Amino acid sequence: MMEIGLTHYLVLATILFAIGLVGVMRRKNLLMLFMASEILLNAVNVAFAAIGHYYGDLTGQMFAFFVIAIAASEVAVGLGLLIIWYKRTGTIDLDTMTSMRG
Amino acid sequence: MEMYLYIALFAPLTGSLFAALFGASPKTLWTGVVTSALLFASFVSSLTLFVYLIQGGAPLHTELMTWMETGNLYIPFGFVVDQVSATMMIVVTTVSTVVHVYAIGYMDHDRAFNRFFAWLSAFVFSMMILVMSDNFAGMFIGWEGVGLCSWALIGFWYHKESATWAANEAFIMNRIADLGMLIGIFLIYWNTGSLQYDHAFAVMPTLDTTVLTLMGIFLFVGAMGKSAQFPLHTWLADAMEGPTPVSALIHAATMVTAGVYLVVRAHPLYELIPDVGYFIAGLGAFVAMFAATMALVNRDIKRIIAYSTLSQLGYMFVAAGLGAYWVALFHLMAHAFFKALLFLGAGNVMHAMSDELDPMKMGGLYKVMKWTAILMILASVALAGIWPLAGFFSKDNILEVAFSSDHYVIWAVLWITAGLTAFYSFRLIMLAFFSGEARYKQYGFHPHEAYKFMLWAMSPLAVLAVVAGWAEEIFVYFVTDLLPEFEFHIHHNVEMMLIVVTTIMAVGGVFVAVLMYKNGPLNPKWEKTAIYKLLFNQYYIPKFYDEFFSKPYAELSKIFWKQIDLKVVDATVDFIATTIYKTGEGTHTMQNGNLSSMLRWMVIGVVVLLIAAVAFTFGLQVAG
Amino acid sequence: METIAFYLFAALTITMFTYTVMSSQALFALSSMAAGMIMISAFFFLLDADFLGVVQIIVYTGAVMALYAFGMMFFDTTRAVKEHNTSKIMVLTLSTLAAVLVIAIVTMPLIADNIGAVFPEPAGVDNPKAVGIVLFTKYLVPFEVAAVMLLVAMIAGIVMAGKKMDRSLTKMKEEEITMLRQEETLQKVTL
Repeated sequence: MMEIGLTHYLVLATILFAIGLVGVMRRKNLLMLFMASEILLNAVNVAFAAIGHYYGDLTGQMFAFFVIAIAASEVAVGLGLLIIWYKRTGTIDLDTMTSMRG
Repeated sequence: MEMYLYIALFAPLTGSLFAALFGASPKTLWTGVVTSALLFASFVSSLTLFVYLIQGGAPLHTELMTWMETGNLYIPFGFVVDQVSATMMIVVTTVSTVVHVYAIGYMDHDRAFNRFFAWLSAFVFSMMILVMSDNFAGMFIGWEGVGLCSWALIGFWYHKESATWAANEAFIMNRIADLGMLIGIFLIYWNTGSLQYDHAFAVMPTLDTTVLTLMGIFLFVGAMGKSAQFPLHTWLADAMEGPTPVSALIHAATMVTAGVYLVVRAHPLYELIPDVGYFIAGLGAFVAMFAATMALVNRDIKRIIAYSTLSQLGYMFVAAGLGAYWVALFHLMAHAFFKALLFLGAGNVMHAMSDELDPMKMGGLYKVMKWTAILMILASVALAGIWPLAGFFSKDNILEVAFSSDHYVIWAVLWITAGLTAFYSFRLIMLAFFSGEARYKQYGFHPHEAYKFMLWAMSPLAVLAVVAGWAEEIFVYFVTDLLPEFEFHIHHNVEMMLIVVTTIMAVGGVFVAVLMYKNGPLNPKWEKTAIYKLLFNQYYIPKFYDEFFSKPYAELSKIFWKQIDLKVVDATVDFIATTIYKTGEGTHTMQNGNLSSMLRWMVIGVVVLLIAAVAFTFGLQVAG
Repeated sequence: METIAFYLFAALTITMFTYTVMSSQALFALSSMAAGMIMISAFFFLLDADFLGVVQIIVYTGAVMALYAFGMMFFDTTRAVKEHNTSKIMVLTLSTLAAVLVIAIVTMPLIADNIGAVFPEPAGVDNPKAVGIVLFTKYLVPFEVAAVMLLVAMIAGIVMAGKKMDRSLTKMKEEEITMLRQEETLQKVTL
């Protein structure tokens, strides 16, 4: 077993980010799409914290902290909008939302 | 002294600009009066400078400012007043002032009165630049300026299609000749390194004869266009479409003499290449005869006088070509006076006959227009070269020059032409003023004499036409400070014989004309002969030019337009536009409003940027 | 010890998140997501970021996943979500490519050698105390702005969910409120 270094954490974060990308591209259900974007944010948080730890700087943790705050508020507002949309159109399938065609 | 130079030069410009202010307004008498007054000021300044030079003053050289100074090329706006340019200035300003005053009366009922004076004064300004400039570039500016003003003045009544056509013909023919002149100027600069007269002429004796010959030929091509030598002569006759004062000023006294001025000014060059001079003289003699024959049968009074100008220009070129530059200049001066007088008289006749030009329809006008008739007879006698009027001295000198240079053929041609000149001048006089009863009555004209002040304006020209010849000795003494002397290698007796023979020819021509036309126009059966047809249609040269030059060129232009411009140039530009448009339409499908596909595109974009980032950093690493 | 923990948690996290994006059943996706969040917090503890780890559990796993759960209750989850799957190959290729490239970038010595600490952490204190020191001195402005943002989000949530929000009881006069009450009781009676 090797010594766990920064590279390991960054590779892990990248893999998680890639998983999140797959989810974002693949999911047609809007709720699932939101969840996939949460994965993206978490991956980035891990990367920030790791860099901060290995360079002895608390900035990384601060960034992760603020990301969590923003993600929380984003979820709140996003889900609210999603509920309103569902009440109006009765579906949350992405393929039906094409009114921005142009 | 320099102040007089600038007054002489810029007074016409001021007049022109002043009149141009009112260009679009209806006639105001002030424009005519102010411009004429300014021109008179220019005349007085020129006279002052002339007197100064005669009294032994040194030629003036001034430089107004630098025009171009790049590398080795230095062209200033420089002016010189030496004997040659002083002579030209006097001629130009005298005739211009007279014509301006005359035109106040002639253009009396014309709507575009102000515009006329603007252009006329602008023309005088350009001509002054031409004769006063001290380098070839300045002369070329004046050259082009007179071409432009001549175009505007010939096509002055632009509503008439024939007038605009004639103006374009004049300008285009001059342009073709100007190309030759430009090449000549380029050659001069290339070989001598300067366009200033004194520098260029100082270097020329050291140059190779071939180069000098080329220079001479090309410069003469430019002179050919301006002075309407064969084959660029058709524009002069058609230029009669312009108002008569224009014909008097431009096509008798000033613009057409610019070619002669060029040859005289470049005499150091032409002295070195006598073969080119001989060619010029030969061409001049040919044109003299050629034009005189066409004037014999013409039925348009202005055209008769125009051909007469052409013929006399031929005389001037004979003198200049054979090396007798002061003789050419002298004839230029005398000719300007009586030819302008002739044109102005013809203008009076036209005005009286409501712009009718055919002398066959006139007759017996002497009773109605006595003073005009007298003035025109005076001018015609001068033109015919009968002692003691001016034409005798100047033309006789040219004939002597030809004889003494052993060019007997040229002498013979000029001698015959002298007879023809006398003949057609008096044919015109007889048909218009004397022959028989008033033919004009059958055509319903009511002629009257011109305004008194117009006649007064013409009188100085008449005086000069009479006395100018007597100033020959002073003229020679004055001008040969600058120009070379010409040695007449003929014995005094032979000279006398020549004078007698020439006078017989001239007087004989007058008599024949008087006798033939005493009773009116000739029997119409003459009009059916082949010679008459040939002469009347100007040897069919205008038709020839039309068929072989104008029409093919028009076809070529059409081909260029349809095949090249439309198909190639426009198609290329349209192609670029269509490509951009089609690309837009193609990528338009990317925006289908579907969030999922947009996210996919986003990821693709991220990947592309990452590739770019990796490549860049990798490249940096490899390089660094 | 740390290595074992790292690899264990790494494997677990990746498995959980893969299940989240691949599953066709919403409930399973949600549950695996919640589990993944807990694993992430384990990473934070491994990295000596105690405060952050706890915040992750409380906020993310607690609040955010609860929100998702409530949201899912709202939609019909008995139906499996229909998905037209577009080219799986392209999706996977893109993601793999992106991952490889990012790894390439971060492992390149050119980048790695040029990173240095901006605000060095204070030594000799516990993590929560250190976080507090840095947060309230050097990152005060972002902190305040984040607070405002949270306020705005809260208000947005209330506005979106609220009913009869166009009426303001505090601005109406006494008589109008009484009339409203009478209308409502009438409606209830007629029902």
